[in-house]
Amino acid sequence: MKRREFLKSATALAAAGVTAPAIWSPAKAQSRKETLLTISENGPNNLDVQGLGTNRPGYEASWNCYDRLISHETKTLTDGSLSYDRDKFKMELAEDMNVGDMSITFKLKKGAKFHDGAPVTAQDVKWSYDRAVSVGGFPTVQMKAGQLNTKEQFVAVDDSTFRIDLAKKDRLTVPDIAVVVPGIYNSELLKKQATEKDPWGLDYTKSNTAGSGAYKVTSWKPGVETIYERNDAWVGGKLPEIKRVIWRTIPSGGNRRALMERGDADLSFDLPAKDFAEMKKEGKLKMISNPITNGLYSVELNVKNPPFDNEKVRQAVAYAIPYQKIIDAAMFGVAKPMFGAASNDGPGGAVWPQPTGYSTDIEKAKALLQASGVGPIDTTISFDLGDGVNSEPIAVLLQESLSQIGIKTTINKIPGANWRSEMAKKSMPLMVNFFSGWLDYPEYFFFWCYSGQNAVFNTSSYVNKEMDAFIDGSREAIAVGNQAKYAADVKGFVSKAFAEVPRIPLFQPYLNVATQKNISGYTYWFHREVDYRAIVKG
Amino acid sequence: MLTTIAKRLVTVIPTLIGVVIVTFLLTRVLPGDPAAYFAGPAATADSIAEIRKTLGLDRPLPEQFVHYVSDLAHGNFGNSLSTGRPVSVEITSRLPASAELTLLGLILSLAIAVPLGILAAVKQGSWIDHTCRVVATAGVSLPVFFTGLLLVYAFYYLLGWAPAPVGRLDAFATAPPQITGFYLIDNLFAGDLETFRSALAQLILPAFTLAIFSLAPIARMTRASMLAVLASEFVRTARASGLNDRTVIITYAFRNAMLPVVTTLGMVFSFLLGANVLVEKVFAWPGIGSYAVEALLQSDFAPVQGFVLTMAVLYVALNFTIDILYSVIDPRVRLEG
Repeated sequence: MKRREFLKSATALAAAGVTAPAIWSPAKAQSRKETLLTISENGPNNLDVQGLGTNRPGYEASWNCYDRLISHETKTLTDGSLSYDRDKFKMELAEDMNVGDMSITFKLKKGAKFHDGAPVTAQDVKWSYDRAVSVGGFPTVQMKAGQLNTKEQFVAVDDSTFRIDLAKKDRLTVPDIAVVVPGIYNSELLKKQATEKDPWGLDYTKSNTAGSGAYKVTSWKPGVETIYERNDAWVGGKLPEIKRVIWRTIPSGGNRRALMERGDADLSFDLPAKDFAEMKKEGKLKMISNPITNGLYSVELNVKNPPFDNEKVRQAVAYAIPYQKIIDAAMFGVAKPMFGAASNDGPGGAVWPQPTGYSTDIEKAKALLQASGVGPIDTTISFDLGDGVNSEPIAVLLQESLSQIGIKTTINKIPGANWRSEMAKKSMPLMVNFFSGWLDYPEYFFFWCYSGQNAVFNTSSYVNKEMDAFIDGSREAIAVGNQAKYAADVKGFVSKAFAEVPRIPLFQPYLNVATQKNISGYTYWFHREVDYRAIVKG
Repeated sequence: MLTTIAKRLVTVIPTLIGVVIVTFLLTRVLPGDPAAYFAGPAATADSIAEIRKTLGLDRPLPEQFVHYVSDLAHGNFGNSLSTGRPVSVEITSRLPASAELTLLGLILSLAIAVPLGILAAVKQGSWIDHTCRVVATAGVSLPVFFTGLLLVYAFYYLLGWAPAPVGRLDAFATAPPQITGFYLIDNLFAGDLETFRSALAQLILPAFTLAIFSLAPIARMTRASMLAVLASEFVRTARASGLNDRTVIITYAFRNAMLPVVTTLGMVFSFLLGANVLVEKVFAWPGIGSYAVEALLQSDFAPVQGFVLTMAVLYVALNFTIDILYSVIDPRVRLEG
């Protein structure tokens, strides 16, 4: 081959590389107007929230494709963004909800149909609730949080009336009916799909939607894309504007950003704080950010074993944490501080999360450590590598700060797959961790993280009778509407948690979303997924 | 010939048995508890135990192994927990995606590296020789994810020539009916030129990324073996007989220099399949590598086993093909088990 020929062929190759069409071909421009292209790092692994090991993106499919009896109203926050309203419920599949003394009765909307055209009846509702409390794992635990424990509690009175009998009064029962888990499934369809090994048709709902919701999944390629089509016969609310949603999984954060900035994607969900801060500065896109309700990043100390069984050591750590540095350097300012309050006895009232009275004070930390009488400390800081983007810089800053008061640490990065099992072992002495509860009530957070039931999330293994009395007391008080006792109990458990610091709150993180400027209606939800029903493309 | 092929095939069997045992044990001794992972948020010890039972992880290892082998014998690779689908379905849909990309990358790389290597050998010490050296060194020393991101930044973000890096097709195109699983070929079968163009456009950047990475070994090996052959006596004889340059270099020298190049090619293909993992991540490519890595991160045994097994079979087949190619290129080479 001659040089000239070679060069010719090389140029031809290079030219082939640049004649590429734009992402939207003109023939499809019309459908683009009615279609929303969403991108995120991960896609669903299961379309059914009641399935085995469904991940968070899977909740989104459930939320948009199934109806619940009731849902939440939307409210506008002070910064102009939209959020669900924790305290106001609206009817979805139910036409009417009647909360009696020890039961709740629902009347179903007339004309509600599943995607296959079968009418929605109270028998379907009963079957779906039975399913939620029977499949085990996460959905069943979530139902229990609202005292929805056994099949016997659910009664189909007639075709359009459904009743829940309460075992115990609890204010979390009604909110728990509006979470993702108790969606209404097409029981006749699923009974046909069920097998002896799989009596609830979980295999079928894993990759098919069998609901009555505003959308149905028409194509699902795990790890690649999910396509929703609107259900025009939806009666659960106002018919959504978006006809079709294409949800692509784009693992590379840089590419997600490029897609948004070039205007090829409509909505990018759950951005890392760094990208969010930078993109906001550039001002090309609509950037929305909401604090994650009932969610906290904390430093958690194992109180079962030395040295952190000593309260003074824990307080010393709480004074040694470089709080502001963490917010600035690890979270790029996109976080709500949870430190530096006037005192440690819950001055914010009956709300959660609220700031502790701690702030960075190395001298005080040194003094406390000396007063504790505990010898030289050498320990490990553990964190979940799956959340490394936030946790790793926090751990490094923490390590540096602890060394200033003479606590030597090594950093232990735990792969995402192992994090849960490590948490369950309860042997990590000190960790950086995140917890958030769907139900946005202080007692709900404390029930998981501080109570004597010692759930997985009580990583400190903190068990204290007085604390339990406060938590149980608050739940009982609010169930019967005793606001004064409730407020006192909340103040009780908050100030106790802050004084004894088995976990040291750092900050409340934000859920960050970027959309093109012509997209409106994005609403923050406790489940931290996109609700496509409210989105409008202008 | 047929008997030697048969003999060769027999030696493959113990390798495969070994792979089956090793993959099974490897995934079991990995740290991480799939039951705890899949129990999801708000897990209790009871719900984790329930899930462990559903997954069959509470049974003794030998029993799990017997189950695994008998499933394999029935062509059942098990179910992936993370995507919720049979592993065999996932692999058959994802392997063509990876193979199409890798092959195109390899073809591009060959098209650039072989002429470059030959020219570098023929004009030893000239500017083209130096170019060859610089290109090869630069290509191999840049990590693929970096080259990938750089190409996306330049050709998509800044220039807008390349399509958005969203996978095998743009969001609005529909995949062709599956015949080979190679979108380029399937689209031609379906006669859908618009989608063909879209699929090709999506392929170009990732294929170039792989090509840049694999230039070095091919170009260097071509150059080295060409140099050795060009210095040999039969080439001198050919030149002395007055044959023109083209005949001497291509017909005489290159054919004899091809053997080591083909060997390198086999190696390059296998490491490209490995390098694919990162390229797939960058270009959101639904290939087999990214699938295996995700499964590994979630302690999802079945896909990892399926992946390792598929790869092992693929390598064995590849080596086999290369062995046969040897005897085609150079009849003096004999296949001996």
